Amino acid sequence: MSQLATWRTGSTRVLPGFGLSMGISVLFISLVLLLPITGLFGQLAGLSLAEYWAIITEGRVVASYMVTIGAAAVAAIINAIFGLLLAWVLVRYDFPGKRLLDALMDLPFALPTAVAGITLATLYASSGWMGGLLEPLGFQVAYTWVGIALAMAFTSIPFVVRTVQPVLEDLPAEVDEAAMSLGATDGVAFRRVILPHIWPALVTGTGLAFVRSLGEFGAIIFIAGNMPYETEITALMIFVKLQEYDYAGASAIASVVLFVSLALLLAINVWQGRFVRRLHGGKG
Amino acid sequence: MSIHLHNIAKHFGNTQALEPINLDIHEGELVGLLGPSGSGKTTLLRIIAGLENADRTAQPGKILFGDRDVTNVHVRDRRIGFVFQHYALFRHMSVYDNVAFGLTVLSRKRRPSSGEIRARVFRLLEMVKLEHLANRYPAQLSGGQQQRVSLARALAVEPEVLLLDEPFGALDAKVRQELRRWLRHLHDELNFTSVFVTHDQEEALELSDRVVVMSNGRIEQVDTPDELYRTPKNRFVFEFLGDVNHLEGKVTNGVLTCGDAYWHVDLPDGHAELLLRPHEVRLTEQPTSESHLPVTITAISPVGAEVRVELEADWLAQPWLATVRHTDFEHLALRRGQRLFAHPRHWRRFPKAESKAAEQTRVA
Ligand SMILES: Nc1ncnc2c1ncn2[C@@H]1O[C@H](COP(=O)(O)OP(=O)(O)OP(=O)(O)O)[C@@H](O)[C@H]1O
Ligand SMILES: [Mg+2]
Repeated sequence: MSQLATWRTGSTRVLPGFGLSMGISVLFISLVLLLPITGLFGQLAGLSLAEYWAIITEGRVVASYMVTIGAAAVAAIINAIFGLLLAWVLVRYDFPGKRLLDALMDLPFALPTAVAGITLATLYASSGWMGGLLEPLGFQVAYTWVGIALAMAFTSIPFVVRTVQPVLEDLPAEVDEAAMSLGATDGVAFRRVILPHIWPALVTGTGLAFVRSLGEFGAIIFIAGNMPYETEITALMIFVKLQEYDYAGASAIASVVLFVSLALLLAINVWQGRFVRRLHGGKG
Repeated sequence: MSIHLHNIAKHFGNTQALEPINLDIHEGELVGLLGPSGSGKTTLLRIIAGLENADRTAQPGKILFGDRDVTNVHVRDRRIGFVFQHYALFRHMSVYDNVAFGLTVLSRKRRPSSGEIRARVFRLLEMVKLEHLANRYPAQLSGGQQQRVSLARALAVEPEVLLLDEPFGALDAKVRQELRRWLRHLHDELNFTSVFVTHDQEEALELSDRVVVMSNGRIEQVDTPDELYRTPKNRFVFEFLGDVNHLEGKVTNGVLTCGDAYWHVDLPDGHAELLLRPHEVRLTEQPTSESHLPVTITAISPVGAEVRVELEADWLAQPWLATVRHTDFEHLALRRGQRLFAHPRHWRRFPKAESKAAEQTRVA
């Protein structure tokens, strides 16, 4: 914001190196982000608008949107709750094994998603530990959308924890204590003092987790069962098209995922910017 | 509301932050907790507030507010106001909402009507002279203004006890002076019991009805500022309350000698260490038959009501500080490098600590 403003007014910047760092950043973004996206649109050029529309609104594909979005939403909500709890525990309490738990938080990022998928699938299949426990109770996890949501939650929980954690650390315990010294119960202090403070980070983290879930493939396909119209995710539809050498079709579906993700990220950013400005009293 | 502490101790792991402490604070008193860093002031204040629990030992400590035993009462039910050193304002709330917070979280039965809350908040904001900033956010205020908001916020719930942890520590000298005066005024007007923490002796002496001097988790002395300054109970208190000059030497037949300096004192033979304040040192051009303490002026600072003169000599381990009236300063025509003679007008000795110190030096 302020950078744009200086740009326009042409006043000199105090911080040196703007030209160089901005140039390198733009180059990097172009190579790593914009080039592949342009390639994607190149594939789309072979399609007429009507063909494009037909591909992305085909019944099986639309069903996959529903499955993906529904499961991702459930996963995001689960992650918002447990991610917040985990971040809270990691920031506010000292306990043996805290370091280990902290390191474990990054495991979903580090683990190849296929490994996660296979592990989850074997765990929740009717012969697996969890599956064997849950199925007699009437809970079928593997090969249902519950399994999809579970896999999504697993791969995206670090987004919530790692965005909320630093913001919580930034909130001094004194603020908490101030609320309580003024007579607030734990619940009220959390709702009126802590939650508003971490709210932007929580929404951002949850949003990122959601977007990540929309595109997840490896971790899900092993546990999803992949029944057409029932447990097929959009990423799988792209994969299927690719296997049929239908690159244009794959790109068309991919572009939908891309647009939805991009729009969401942009919305989060704009909203967060507004919120943060109020916190800093319009100063920054 | 009076405050009584019985046998309050506190450990953090293996470090003892407070030795068992007894302290009585009278109703309506303004008491300062004074001590060097790490002496346990904050810990004691937080225990009074209920933000920290005292040790639960074989004879657990007890905290009474008036007749009410609050030892096991949660901070939210103690009816205290706490002002944090770094304000701890709610950053996402306006000044108005910050001050109103304590009222809006009251249970529905006890909560005043919204009109009443509004009136009360504005009365408080008026008192801290911030009513024109009610809609600002904390980030838009100066440090002094933020501290006043935090005071108003603490006072909104009409606490019986107001606790302040270095409330003016982070502010510049002028604002600090102003806020100090203003806290005193507020205290006298609203008549609550206040305890504040400071490591600034001037602040403690100026503001408090009584001062609690602490060191190493112990209470060294509790007294009025006047008594404290005039009759310090021990060496620590004396040294902490102002600049001190040391004179150490051997006494034989009523004469203390130290290098080429000597001085007639009425003390038994042996090692002696005497302490004197800067204003207790007189400077002349000639020695007297009573004392021969040659010194050289190394620095002069003529700022303030008196001139501060730094003195050095080869018989002195540490330089002395003397304060001279401006008229004497002109009369003696003092300048750097000048050689003069010092005469103690008055001095003090703290036998216990001294004997310990003597033993230590002998061992070393
Ligand atoms: N939460 C804690 N955990 C461990 N040790 C602590 C804790 N709080 C205080 N201490 C220790 O207790 C002792 C007293 O600390 P305290 O904060 O009460 O000192 P203070 O007099 O307020 O010092 P200052 O003027 O620097 O604020 C110190 O040695 C400190 O290291
Ligand atoms: Mg302290």
